Amino acid sequence: MDVVNQLQRQFIDYSASLHREGFLDDQFTQLQKLQDDNSPDFVVEVASLFFEDCEKLINNMARALEQQQGVDFKQVDASVHQLKGSSSSIGAMRVKDVCIAFRSFCEAQNREGCLRCLQQVTHEYSLLKNKLQTLFRLQQQILAAGGSIPVVE
Amino acid sequence: MNLQMTFARYTERTAFERPLTSGVAYAVRVLHSEREQFEKHQGWTIKRMDTLEKNPVHKDDYNPDLFEPSPIQEEYAPVIFAQDIISHVISIDLLSGKEDRENVLRARKSGKGVLTAPFPLLKTNRLGVILTFAVYKRDLPSNATPNERIQATNGYLGGVFDVESLVEKLLQQLASKQKILVNVLDTTNQSYPVSMYGSNASDDGLELVSHLNFGDPFRKHEMRCRFKQKPPWPWLAITTSIGILVIALLVGHIFHATVNRIAKVEDDCHKMMELKKQAEAADVAKSQFLATVSHEIRTPMNGVLGMLHMLMDTDLDVTQLDYVRTAQASGKALVALINEVLDQAKIESGKLELEEVQFDLRAVLDDVLSLFSGKAQDKGVELAVFISDRVPEMLIGDPGRFRQIITNLMGNSIKFTEKGHIHVTVHLVEEVIDSIEVETEFSSNNTLSGFPVADRRQSWKGFRTFSQEGSIHPFSDSINIIVSVEDTGEGIPIEAQSRVFTPFMQVGPSISRTHGGTGIGLSISKCLVNLMKGEIGFVSIPKIGSTFTFTAVFTSGSSSSKEYKSQQINNQTNSVSSEFRGKRALVVDPRSVRAKVSRYHIQRLGIHVEVVSDWKQGLSSISRGSSAFNMVLIEQEVWDQDLNGSAHFIDNLEKIAITTPKVFLLSNSISSSRANTTTSGVCNLTVIPKPLRASMLAASLQRAMGDGNKGNPRNGEVPSLSLRNLLLGRKILIVDDNNVNLKVAAGALRKYGADVVSASRGMEAIELLTPPHRFDACFMDIQMPEMDGFEATRRIRDSEQNINDRIHFGELSVETYNNISNWHVPILAMTADVIQATHEACLRCGMDGYVSKPFEAEQLYREVSRFFH
Repeated sequence: MDVVNQLQRQFIDYSASLHREGFLDDQFTQLQKLQDDNSPDFVVEVASLFFEDCEKLINNMARALEQQQGVDFKQVDASVHQLKGSSSSIGAMRVKDVCIAFRSFCEAQNREGCLRCLQQVTHEYSLLKNKLQTLFRLQQQILAAGGSIPVVE
Repeated sequence: MNLQMTFARYTERTAFERPLTSGVAYAVRVLHSEREQFEKHQGWTIKRMDTLEKNPVHKDDYNPDLFEPSPIQEEYAPVIFAQDIISHVISIDLLSGKEDRENVLRARKSGKGVLTAPFPLLKTNRLGVILTFAVYKRDLPSNATPNERIQATNGYLGGVFDVESLVEKLLQQLASKQKILVNVLDTTNQSYPVSMYGSNASDDGLELVSHLNFGDPFRKHEMRCRFKQKPPWPWLAITTSIGILVIALLVGHIFHATVNRIAKVEDDCHKMMELKKQAEAADVAKSQFLATVSHEIRTPMNGVLGMLHMLMDTDLDVTQLDYVRTAQASGKALVALINEVLDQAKIESGKLELEEVQFDLRAVLDDVLSLFSGKAQDKGVELAVFISDRVPEMLIGDPGRFRQIITNLMGNSIKFTEKGHIHVTVHLVEEVIDSIEVETEFSSNNTLSGFPVADRRQSWKGFRTFSQEGSIHPFSDSINIIVSVEDTGEGIPIEAQSRVFTPFMQVGPSISRTHGGTGIGLSISKCLVNLMKGEIGFVSIPKIGSTFTFTAVFTSGSSSSKEYKSQQINNQTNSVSSEFRGKRALVVDPRSVRAKVSRYHIQRLGIHVEVVSDWKQGLSSISRGSSAFNMVLIEQEVWDQDLNGSAHFIDNLEKIAITTPKVFLLSNSISSSRANTTTSGVCNLTVIPKPLRASMLAASLQRAMGDGNKGNPRNGEVPSLSLRNLLLGRKILIVDDNNVNLKVAAGALRKYGADVVSASRGMEAIELLTPPHRFDACFMDIQMPEMDGFEATRRIRDSEQNINDRIHFGELSVETYNNISNWHVPILAMTADVIQATHEACLRCGMDGYVSKPFEAEQLYREVSRFFH
């Protein structure tokens, strides 16, 4: 019991910090609520999809921006739009914010700006991935110890 | 002389045969040659008549002997025989008289009777005429000449007619000289008529002239009759005519007056019709004006409320949040007011119609409970809802309006109640009728909170539904329910009770100041109840409380042929109730009415309930029971009354029971109970706030029994439960090219029980949404690479239109298209864009609305409720 409580407390604290630092927002909490007996791994699945999506999009953007002949800003913009959409769906607040800035650079057709944003996005994405993986690991541990995942409001 | 005597006697005796004749005489023709002999024979001389004219002789001393003898003539006609009356004419020569002579000569010539002109008679001097006949010696043929006649003449027979007596005898009545004057005239000489009878009074006036014929062709006689007196005024005729004239005038007047009156009344009637039309038009205009104005006010009000809502989502400090909340509350109150006024206008114009949809009565009452639970808790008034088991799960009717009625009644109760309880009960009318027959004692202390209440049976005393036994249910599946709202508030003053249901009526002018409200609520409720074929009544005792009761007729909703019936629209707590099914709970509550309510709510979760009234009984039930109790629910009142006893109970619980049941406190207000639990040192006690609601109960139980994060709804409990109601079982298509979004959106919709299908391309969506299909709705992302949401929607709408037209014209059979002839699947855009232009573009291409990405519960509910009910 004690172990579980400890793990649970850890989980709660970590969750709270992620929220506090802006990595996750309310939408993520909503996702957690969607998880139930019918779909017990809902959040993990969504997160995995998101990571795949992210990587794909980031690669697209990188390739598009690398074009020396002429950057197809429309294509970049499309990818950024996609990324913005999926990050809001999962509740990845910081990623989403960067995307917003990224889009304005695209509109302004500012290659430098875009490249900087791309860097930032990549950075944020890796951070988030790590954090979420830590969170999920904690969840696994709690479940393995026989406890239940506490709800963080 | 002998012959004369014989003649005289004969004529005397036969005088009756000659009533008109005064006397007859016979004169013989004597030629001059025969005179001497004749005179000797007779013994007298023939006398003449002339002297009479010169010396009128008095009748009495008439003496024939004084006459002169007649001069010598050719012939003579002396009278030899005479009736006694005229015996004085004997020996007088008729031919000596002028008229007589004429008469005689004419008589013998013509052989007919001849008349003289009237002349004064001998002796009497009265007017008379003489009728003379010639007597012939032998019979003469009718064509005899005058000479022959003359020669054959023997003598002359004459009769004297006294004209006066003649006329008098003839015209006895007429000649009475009283009314009619008769004049008989000899008019042989037209210019000189000779009067024979009658006075010569003036002959003015009317005269009747008739001809008399005595047989003498030579003479003409006339009778003239006239009225003696001027005819009197014909008073009768005059009066009658005047009377008739007057009557005619009066009738004419009446007629005229009637016609005038009719014309006037018709005129008035026309004016009234005009005025009536004007008034009606004014009334219609007023209603329209009211509706329009209210509608117009609603729109900007909704704008204000929307803005306040958005403001709430921004960063606000505590004060600002408080201000915004207050503003929101006022705004919502204003909108509610406007809706009431609009409702009243609708009702007045008769345009209010009730919906017919399936709904769960218990869910509606749960919603209403949640509306008022906060306020009730603040005031310390216990709120309780009880629904009988015999009321079916699903009913068909208008849940919104039903809710409106209950909300109105409960709102009134909350307004006017400061202590005690508000108890809402729902039963079937049949149940209540049955219980009426068993005359249950009304004990004033056996109430929910212990405070006395008005006897609810008085509130339905006059209902028609109860007066007819074997009541009026023509359809077997019509459900007649009766709802009572009982409170222990101020009550309604007796003098105001008759006006309770009139619109705009409030008990006193201060009410609207202290409590707010327009006073329309009850009158609208009454109209709605009537529309639901029910009745509404109340009983109220000032300072004790009021109970309002109404009935309503619904139909049973469990027939499964309805298109939109889904498997489990039923209990939104179905998924959680499975956990509690079969569990056992013990309720400790001395008040039976209150315990009944608690039992009802707990039983809805599938938990078996046993009720005891104090600690001792509780402990004995637990120790006795064959299967263990999973939980014990204790009324706060019991706990507070005997803190020692409660501590004792808790201790014993752990000793006696096999598995320690979880203990819950049922409390009206959270704060006071918290204080108690800390003082008693029991930290294992969870408080379940009242009013009890199945969902809240389930949530509290779950939390306490340690089942984590399920069933604990976010802010705004109402939308998620209602979303569940709307979306459960619906088949929904989600279209998004981003699979993260797709998964999240699908997950969110599945949470509400929808059956979700995902697609990632516009083309796929078009294929899936070409009729016939079974999708109830579609959420479509706008920005997709191959084909965007607008284009896809446009194409889907085109194909729907095509198919609709072809079905309409009979080219396609409607059966192959699921019997739907008007395909239009609701399509909502998922967009992160808040630009108005995008929203307009959505609507232009045929979408039905838009929701933001990711989903937000209230917005989702709002959009989805527009086409799911």
